[in-house]
Amino acid sequence: MLGSGIIKGLAVTAKNFVGSFHDPERLPTVEYPEKRLTLPEAYRSFPFLVFDGENAIDGLRCVACKMCENECPPQCIYIIPERDEKGRPVKKPKVFDIDLSVCMGCQICVEVCPFDSIKMDQVFEVAATNRFEGLIAHREMLAKSNTYYHQIRPTEAAEVDTRLAEEKRLAEEKAKAAAAAKAAAAAKAAAAPKPVATTAPASATAPAAAPASPAKPAVAAPSPSPSSSSSAAAPMAAAPKPPATTP
Amino acid sequence: MNLILVLIGGLMLTAAAVAMSLRNIIHSALLLIGSWLGVSFFYLWAGAEFVAFAQVLVYVGAVSMVVLFAVLLTRRDRQDVVVAPETRTRAISALLVGGSVAGLLVSAVLGTPLATGPAETPTLTVKDLGTLLAGPQAAGLLIAGVILTVALLGAVVLAATDSGKEDAS
Amino acid sequence: MTATLERLPLLVRDWITGFFPEPVRWLVSGLLAIVAILAVFGLYFAYLTLAERKFLGRFQNRPGPNRTGPFGLLQPFADAVKALTKEDIVPQAADKLLHFLAPCLVVAFGLISFAVIPFGRYLIPVDLDAAVLYFFAAGVSSELALFMAGWASHNKYSMISAMRALAQLISYELPLLLAVVPVIMLSGTLSTSKIVVAQGGWTFGIIPHWNVLTPWGFAGFFIFMIAAVAETNRSPFDLPEAESELIAGHLTEYSGFKYALFFMAEYFGMSALCGLGVTLFLGGWQAPIDILQVVPSYVWFMVKLSCVIFCLMWVRATLLRLRIDQLTRLAWKFLVPLGLINLGNAAFWHLSADWSGPLQIVRWAISAAVIVIPFVLIGRTLSSGLAPRTYRYAT
Repeated sequence: MLGSGIIKGLAVTAKNFVGSFHDPERLPTVEYPEKRLTLPEAYRSFPFLVFDGENAIDGLRCVACKMCENECPPQCIYIIPERDEKGRPVKKPKVFDIDLSVCMGCQICVEVCPFDSIKMDQVFEVAATNRFEGLIAHREMLAKSNTYYHQIRPTEAAEVDTRLAEEKRLAEEKAKAAAAAKAAAAAKAAAAPKPVATTAPASATAPAAAPASPAKPAVAAPSPSPSSSSSAAAPMAAAPKPPATTP
Repeated sequence: MNLILVLIGGLMLTAAAVAMSLRNIIHSALLLIGSWLGVSFFYLWAGAEFVAFAQVLVYVGAVSMVVLFAVLLTRRDRQDVVVAPETRTRAISALLVGGSVAGLLVSAVLGTPLATGPAETPTLTVKDLGTLLAGPQAAGLLIAGVILTVALLGAVVLAATDSGKEDAS
Repeated sequence: MTATLERLPLLVRDWITGFFPEPVRWLVSGLLAIVAILAVFGLYFAYLTLAERKFLGRFQNRPGPNRTGPFGLLQPFADAVKALTKEDIVPQAADKLLHFLAPCLVVAFGLISFAVIPFGRYLIPVDLDAAVLYFFAAGVSSELALFMAGWASHNKYSMISAMRALAQLISYELPLLLAVVPVIMLSGTLSTSKIVVAQGGWTFGIIPHWNVLTPWGFAGFFIFMIAAVAETNRSPFDLPEAESELIAGHLTEYSGFKYALFFMAEYFGMSALCGLGVTLFLGGWQAPIDILQVVPSYVWFMVKLSCVIFCLMWVRATLLRLRIDQLTRLAWKFLVPLGLINLGNAAFWHLSADWSGPLQIVRWAISAAVIVIPFVLIGRTLSSGLAPRTYRYAT
């Protein structure tokens, strides 16, 4: 009959009206400044830099490799690496700026970072009174502790931590192996002078090459790393670390 | 009392006079409606509130819309507005028609026996009016209704054939 | 006690007019009525806007404005300040006088229609003999103001919208009047106060003798309310200023307080038309149950008025806007024929007034059938081929 659809529609709105007074399902609005929704763990807004330890600047994981700067589609990241007094680059950013008015939150910087040092933040209240300076985040503002990272996304942070620990362990093992090999080589070298007199002088190069061969499996070891998400990044991460840890 | 009558009459006549002299046709139409409103004020002053409200309802509500729609739907260019009579025949025919209408009205006014002196205000309620219209005057009312219905049907027929032709072509 | 409460507005009026000398008392009491209407309905308008926004929110699962003052109660005043302090822009090519006059006239015509509505047993500003006619005369005059607004803006879109608005208002004038005529026929008067008195009395003390509780009255109320929604340009008939489709129709070139005045007029018109609907069909100031007569009559009037307006908000929250051809088709093919049939129905009811006993049931049955059968038939012809709608790509 004519009008039955209208009556059905009126019933729906009436249900909404009555339900909005007692049924939270019918009034899902959260009154924002007073009440806040708990953000889902995967929620992301803008990138930030993770640091370990107490000091925000010294503990930065970032080594100023500029991979994120190169990959950033809207080019909102600007990095100048630190240099020591001799002008050689130190593995630290001197300037690390992100223009929040340009950043589109694509997370590509996080994907490409080999050191797990840049991550997506969950802070969305970035309103500023000045649209030029106010929306450029500097290194000090971007640096946030690993604890904070654990707070906002615990699962991912735990994963990253185990991966980093694993890498560190492997790197240490490798360093140990390298040290052991070195020691062995040194011992061999110490033992060598005896046969030197009997063998040809050309064979003297062979012991020198010997310490290199046990080191090879140590370098290859990180590739079957337990971390699945950035298995490609792991060997890259492993490669520069041993020299850093050996001294 | 007479002062109010003079004021109402003045309002009506000025509105009508200004309406004729204005070049903006919409302003003229609005002033014409103002003068009709003046007529309804006059009826109110005379104590005939039913007629006054009917006047507003019919003239201000309906006839004015017809006038305004007619003005707006008619194609008009500024050059087409001719104020001065173009030819002698036009002027003569205008005078003839206007004069005959005026003569008719004047003779009607003069021919009606108008009560002079202080007359008693008739206490006529709407109900009396209704019984009068539905009783002794029913024939007139019916004839007026039939004529209006015929006019309405004619308008519908005109409009319908027009669209039918468009459909055929 | 009840009698005192009932006469309270009159006592206040007499107390105030007592300060003035005898010759000007009629003028003072007239002015007092105007001031009272302006104050009460001005405030009512202010809170109606808030209530509308709150209720619409609730209908759509959101809380509505609640930031200005406790529960958003100061929102109307914030809106008023905003409207008053906004720049008032008049287009250069606009007809300055008419552009100014249109909002004033539209509010004035909206207000003068309150003059004949009986707000309580003793509360009627002007008790005219032809009150219903006066009400509609005031109503049609506001159409003129609408036209003036559209034309004076000197904007072709405003003009076209104004013409559309006029077409709509004229189309719905007819069903509105046709719905009112049966009431006038059966109560035998055009005076609103007498129509309300005619609806007095209760069967068994609980069933009121309101017009809406008869078959013809129910149909009349139904037609009246649909036409009233269209007459006051409210959703689903808000084509004249369909803000999401047209810019704002004839209001396009209006800003600041003039724009607010149009909305004021819309709410005044809505209150007045709903007031008339309450007066004609819902027993005006009569209490619904005999015992509840202890509550003053003007309270009952305002309660009924608010209920009717709430229903309009409900409809607004539910239905979609019609297209202009659907709108005029609804008026001419559905409401007008139904109104004419209802007129005959009312005539039958009038002629069968002395039927009693089992004949009373026959009378009700015939009267209900006379209105329900055409409703179903007209509805079927109108909606044939339209429903159920099949969607080819959506599920």
